[in-house]
Amino acid sequence: MSATLKAYAVRLFPQVAALAVILLMVSIAFPGFFRLEMQNGRLYGSLIDILNRGAPVALLAIGMTVVIATKGIDLSVGAVMAICGAVAAAAITSGHSLAMTLLITLGTGILCGLWNGILVAVLDIQPIIATLVLMVAGRGIAQLITEGAILTFNDAGLIFIGSGSLFGLPMPVVIWFAFGVIVALLVRRTALGMLIEALGVNRRAAMLSGVSTGVLLIAAYVLSGLCAALAGIIAAADIRGADANNAGLWLELDAILAVVVGGTSLLGGRFSIAASLIGALIIQSVNTGILLSGFPPEFNLIIKAAIIVLILVIQSPRAQSAFVFLSRARASEKKTAGEAK
Amino acid sequence: MQASTSILSATAIDKIFPGARALDGVDFSLHRGEVHALLGENGAGKSTLVKCLTGAYRRDGGRILLDGADVDPQSTLEAQNLGIGTVYQEVNLLPNLTVAENLFLGRQPKRFGFIDSRDMNRRAKALLAEYDLDIDVTAELAAYSVAVQQVIAIARAVDLSGKVLILDEPTASLDAHEVAMLFRIVRRLKARGLGIIFITHFLEQVYDISDRITVLRNGKLVGTRATADLPRRDLIAMMLGRELVQEVAAEHGAKGEGGEVRFRFRNFGRKGHIQAFDLDVRRGEVVGIAGLLGSGRTETAEILFGAERADSGTAEADGRTLDLSSPRSAIREKFGFCPEDRKVDGIIGDLSVRENIALALQARRGWARPISRSEQDRLADDYIKALDIRTSDREKPIRLLSGGNQQKAILARWLATNPDFLILDEPTRGIDVGAHAEIIRLIEELCGKGMSLIVISSELEELVAYSSRVIVLRDRAHVAELVGNQVTTDGIVEAIAASAGKADA
Repeated sequence: MSATLKAYAVRLFPQVAALAVILLMVSIAFPGFFRLEMQNGRLYGSLIDILNRGAPVALLAIGMTVVIATKGIDLSVGAVMAICGAVAAAAITSGHSLAMTLLITLGTGILCGLWNGILVAVLDIQPIIATLVLMVAGRGIAQLITEGAILTFNDAGLIFIGSGSLFGLPMPVVIWFAFGVIVALLVRRTALGMLIEALGVNRRAAMLSGVSTGVLLIAAYVLSGLCAALAGIIAAADIRGADANNAGLWLELDAILAVVVGGTSLLGGRFSIAASLIGALIIQSVNTGILLSGFPPEFNLIIKAAIIVLILVIQSPRAQSAFVFLSRARASEKKTAGEAK
Repeated sequence: MQASTSILSATAIDKIFPGARALDGVDFSLHRGEVHALLGENGAGKSTLVKCLTGAYRRDGGRILLDGADVDPQSTLEAQNLGIGTVYQEVNLLPNLTVAENLFLGRQPKRFGFIDSRDMNRRAKALLAEYDLDIDVTAELAAYSVAVQQVIAIARAVDLSGKVLILDEPTASLDAHEVAMLFRIVRRLKARGLGIIFITHFLEQVYDISDRITVLRNGKLVGTRATADLPRRDLIAMMLGRELVQEVAAEHGAKGEGGEVRFRFRNFGRKGHIQAFDLDVRRGEVVGIAGLLGSGRTETAEILFGAERADSGTAEADGRTLDLSSPRSAIREKFGFCPEDRKVDGIIGDLSVRENIALALQARRGWARPISRSEQDRLADDYIKALDIRTSDREKPIRLLSGGNQQKAILARWLATNPDFLILDEPTRGIDVGAHAEIIRLIEELCGKGMSLIVISSELEELVAYSSRVIVLRDRAHVAELVGNQVTTDGIVEAIAASAGKADA
């Protein structure tokens, strides 16, 4: 068991280290960064803010990790967020109960995932093209639902999901964390994780070994759709309205980036949901950190890009082998030095 | 000894890699007009020696004499210009250029500073005519079969270099006809006085074409002998460094024939893949499948395993109808299938040896009933030990293992599911002699335990050694069944040839 834990620590080390370095850098620029306060039974502070603001990307990253592990990609998640936000707003304003609204919205997300999954698994369309369809069409569908306007609502229950708190934490944080744990347990405590990895590395060999590759592929896209629905509800509840044009805009790219920063290869296979979640936090820390440090906002995107390039360079196989080489050289130096004594 | 006939001689070649001595004082000499087979197990140093000769590697010691003069090629281009040309197993030409462009790449005939296509095509045509190859030289290379591409690669190498030709496993993806064509060309080049180095895994081909044999083992020279004076047994002993117990099972009658028919396929087939066939397999019997490449061998395997769905006929086991509509259902019926193309259809490269072994069993149990980690570890350790899979540990990604060990791991994947019916498609292709012998021993052991096996192989001697019956295929149909003392290599060759003759008539 301890060996498994150790393997886990080794796997997550680069992401945790990158996150720690970024947080430290931000705290140097903004001294009050690590301060946490309890007000009205809820924690406040920049760290909490990062966890809260990062919720949509974190949720999307969970589904995206599994899709990428199957050697796929889901470009439609941002648009699915918009659709689901619109569906939630439309359902609650037309008088459905909160439970019914959530059910309809999550169902919509699952349906979107099913569409993607069938295009990929049954019709054998390349994932990037298959999901591009819904990425483009999705925002149009969302606009049809909201009839081109921002559809606002006042239901206290739905708003609670965006800005309420539970166990002293904002609701979005509780949701993404709980959902992440559930999915991680689901794939690692069952054989799903291994079967998905096998499918991602070599679909035909997995199929010939009896893995139900079609069902697994569809399930991965359905999970991604479900994650997008949750993120869409949070985004809509946060602004108390559905904005078909801007909800989830470009977030599919942040989600892919979170997975890549988390060290899961776009070529499929080995994946780690925990690492992707840390990746999402890294991205949000950079966003929040730049704002807090008081840089002129026009620098934001460039600084963000520079930091991400740096992280990716450190993680690249070339840099990794260089590190190994350097540390070995140092070890042998020490050894010869020791022998000389 | 005869300096005059020797075109290439290498003495005391050393090559050191970090942590390993790949070549240790190897001597090698090549005569004018001879085919010299270079043999050894995987990792013996064959390709390292070739790379030292062609300048792909810099040697760390020793001399290379070409035509009596010291040479020290720094690159394959320089070696080419000196007269040493190489043709690899994977043709290293450009598939999107025309045949003529490939032949004259980098030295196209020019006219007023422009490429003279007409002259180039004419010369390409003339060049290929020397090899009895009359093809459209303005067509893209990719339009031709691997065998033709191989000949074009040889034509280019000989035209460029013209003293020494190195053939690195040129026959690995060719069928028997194509090999024969290639060998005709090799004999002609030999008559022209070229020295030819031939590397292969197929011992039959070595005896067919080579004049002398040099065997390497663990980076050292074991010896160089005239092919005519070296019986196959001794050659294998030289390669393995030990006497291989060669049990050519002579008593075919005893094998499996007494057992009852367990699997019964009737009118089983799929249009466009394999013509409907009848097949009975007894308990504990090995049925061999022989035929040329493209004759329907792999198609037979795929349809039996449900990888391609049969559109006619029935399958029964002990009188019960089987559902073979997909690999998943075939596995549920206790079928297993080791595919021909290990890398594409077999291994899951990035996953560990352990996961690769557990995969089929896990897939059959379903995702909700995971095999616990300790159980997987035990399973993997058991099979690594039982099949002697050489790996530093079970967590190593399987792509890092050698071909033979990957094959054994795939075999372990199926044995872990405890199958009743196992299909092996070319189980010994591209693996070294040691693993080869072990896999054959394993096949015999499995049928001894009562498993029914279908083995597809292009190595006829091997088929003869373990099969109680051999089905011969041609043109995607089962054309003959050899039983009892008909099962000999000559018998199989005759059956293939006879049926081919029938087609011509």
